[in-house]
Amino acid sequence: MATIRTEPVTINLGPQHPSTHGVFRLRVTFDGEEIVDLEPVFGYLHRGTEKLAESRNYVQIVTLTDRMDYVASMSNNLAYVRTVEKLSNIKVPERAQYIRVISVELQRIASHLMATGFLLNDLGALATPLVYCFRERERILDLFEMLCGARITLSYMRPGGVFQDTPEEFWDSLNTLISDFPNYLDELESLITTNEIVLARTIGVGLLSDAQAIDSGVTGPILRASSVKWDLRKANPYEIYDRVNFDIPIGSSGDTYDRYYVRLQEMRESIKIISQCIEQIEPGPVRTETPFFIRPPIGETYSSIEGPKGELGFYMVSDGGISPYRCKVRAPSFINLTPLRDMITGWKMGDLIIILGSIDIVLGEVDR
Amino acid sequence: MNPTPALFISFKSLQENFVTLIELIGFGESFGWLATLLAGISISFLIINVMVVATAFYTWFERRMIARFQVRRGPNRNGPFGMLQPFADVLKLIMKEDTIPDEADKPVFTLAPIALLAPTLMIMIVIPFGTFLNKEAFLSNLNIGILFIVGVTSVNSIAIFMAGWGSRNKYAILGSMRGAAMLISYEIPMALGITSVLILSGSLAMTEIVRSQSVWFILVMPMGFFVFMAASTAEMSRTPFDQIEAESELGSGYNTEYSGIKFAVLFLAEFMAPIVTAAVVTTLFLGGSHGFDFLPGGIWFALKMFIVIFGLLWLRSTWPRLRIDQIMGFAWKTLFGLGLFNIFLVAVEFTLAREFNQVNNGSLTTEYMLIMAAVNWIITVAVILIMANVVGRKKYTRPEPTPSPLANMGLGEN
Repeated sequence: MATIRTEPVTINLGPQHPSTHGVFRLRVTFDGEEIVDLEPVFGYLHRGTEKLAESRNYVQIVTLTDRMDYVASMSNNLAYVRTVEKLSNIKVPERAQYIRVISVELQRIASHLMATGFLLNDLGALATPLVYCFRERERILDLFEMLCGARITLSYMRPGGVFQDTPEEFWDSLNTLISDFPNYLDELESLITTNEIVLARTIGVGLLSDAQAIDSGVTGPILRASSVKWDLRKANPYEIYDRVNFDIPIGSSGDTYDRYYVRLQEMRESIKIISQCIEQIEPGPVRTETPFFIRPPIGETYSSIEGPKGELGFYMVSDGGISPYRCKVRAPSFINLTPLRDMITGWKMGDLIIILGSIDIVLGEVDR
Repeated sequence: MNPTPALFISFKSLQENFVTLIELIGFGESFGWLATLLAGISISFLIINVMVVATAFYTWFERRMIARFQVRRGPNRNGPFGMLQPFADVLKLIMKEDTIPDEADKPVFTLAPIALLAPTLMIMIVIPFGTFLNKEAFLSNLNIGILFIVGVTSVNSIAIFMAGWGSRNKYAILGSMRGAAMLISYEIPMALGITSVLILSGSLAMTEIVRSQSVWFILVMPMGFFVFMAASTAEMSRTPFDQIEAESELGSGYNTEYSGIKFAVLFLAEFMAPIVTAAVVTTLFLGGSHGFDFLPGGIWFALKMFIVIFGLLWLRSTWPRLRIDQIMGFAWKTLFGLGLFNIFLVAVEFTLAREFNQVNNGSLTTEYMLIMAAVNWIITVAVILIMANVVGRKKYTRPEPTPSPLANMGLGEN
């Protein structure tokens, strides 16, 4: 049979494109609809956060971390202040640790809601599930507003605790949210989880095997979707995670559907963690007194937490001065992009978008 | 066999009026062509204006409704309930710079919007709108009305390909390649759905099809309705078949390079399609202007159109999009088979009806149609159940997740 001679076409997807979640650029070579090659190009949102940190003192850097993963700034704050505390041996009061865990788990829910909503948007669902996700995310942002007055760039945490104690009305709103949320998740699942089109689009698409995931350093929900039971909250319990019970949801095969479903189950687990924290929390101080300029002893340290997108770590070197000598961020979004080419090659245009969407990158964190 | 209905407005009556007018003024019979021309211009003027205004209100309605689905408010600033929003949008688009890319194929690029809009408008010519003021309203009682629709709608794929090819943009060409493949594929199930209607009605004229529906064809052959609806949703490339535009994938698909009034025309054609499709579906399957006597037929027609439009809108606001190969597979593997099966069913039943002398003036008797409806609904439900449980679900059973042995880190116990 004679075949028509065809040529592969190279298309620039981005940096201005509705589905690259920011200024991400992909140079994709298509053979018809099929992807034969792909090269991610990033750096369009590079603001030099790590270099800027070298000329600020340790409290000022908290605001810089807000702007990295700007949909999960609470987790960034926690990862940073934990590193500073480890570097300069600051003890954190128990109540502050509980408040930190509650706010970080709320942030995880908010971040996963965004990931789920935008994945559905990438699937072409005309923003309806996205708006439903955003509606609930707004309630979490309202809680954050009660905590610290900000909604997105929170800067709530300080080395040695949190910036202020929770206001009274926070707990009522939190309890309402906790009791409503499982019902809301059921509603969202009834719209998405059993939808025939969602299943047809996502199952088996963008497979990432467990060996491949470990080899490429992937962490977070993407790693767990590839059936690797690895969560820093269990493997290396920080704050008060050893006092609460929760499961680590894992996927069965590591396809796009698993990545979506693991996130959904993680939201339920986060609710469980928060309600246990509400039961256990006791009144007390929320911040250890620290000097105005923190001067950690000379040395270096690395500490990491399980952020919404994976292992979020800070490596800091102190020369004894008021600002770090070096501040390196292990950004999960950036490292989770490592297996992108292997995952996408061989799939079609529409799959590219949803695979990228299921990785859930935030360009502020990828480029820093 | 049927008396010629008194026409509310039609090409023929207009032409006759113009002939009398020309004779009144004093021109001779040699100016007959002028009457034809004037009648044509008047009809075009009427269709274009009515449809453009209807589409404007439809876009407002769609935006408001989708906003409600999405717990938003939707446009509510311009005019009562934001009803003047579409006019403001059009005004903005007209005032925008009308750009043509340097490398574009200029004639093709310019003609594409017109080529997309014209066939959509032309379909309205043959739609019988029912009765207004005790007069039957249609523009032309073409005796091959439905064939005209099938023929005219297939121009769409050319127009979309023109837009993509003329733009010389990679996204646009990708969108229009998808469009060409998809629209041509879906014309076949659409034609199969129409064929089953023709078997029952025994005529190609739209008025005859309406008259033969003493029981609505959606009740008589639900499978044919589903096939036709799915195919026509794809024909106008709306969710879940909106591969041509695929906002999240291709930016904007075939109309990426368009701006200004050209984009407005493309947009108009795109949003006119649901109205036209609803009119065709109402005529073919929902009994056209049939209804209870307390309201005129025209109102019933509009109500049914509204319900169809709302259904399409509902789909659009909830469902994600299928992948291109899944869409093609759905056309060729599912709809094609269902359409053929439906024709087979209807043909067998029609032959049986002839055996039992149930055919009356080329159409079936009401009693026989009711029996057919009962039988066909049972068969349709059975087919859907078989497809859902045997073909569909099996693929989606997920294995129970087991932790990978590669990195368990002793986390199994808790």
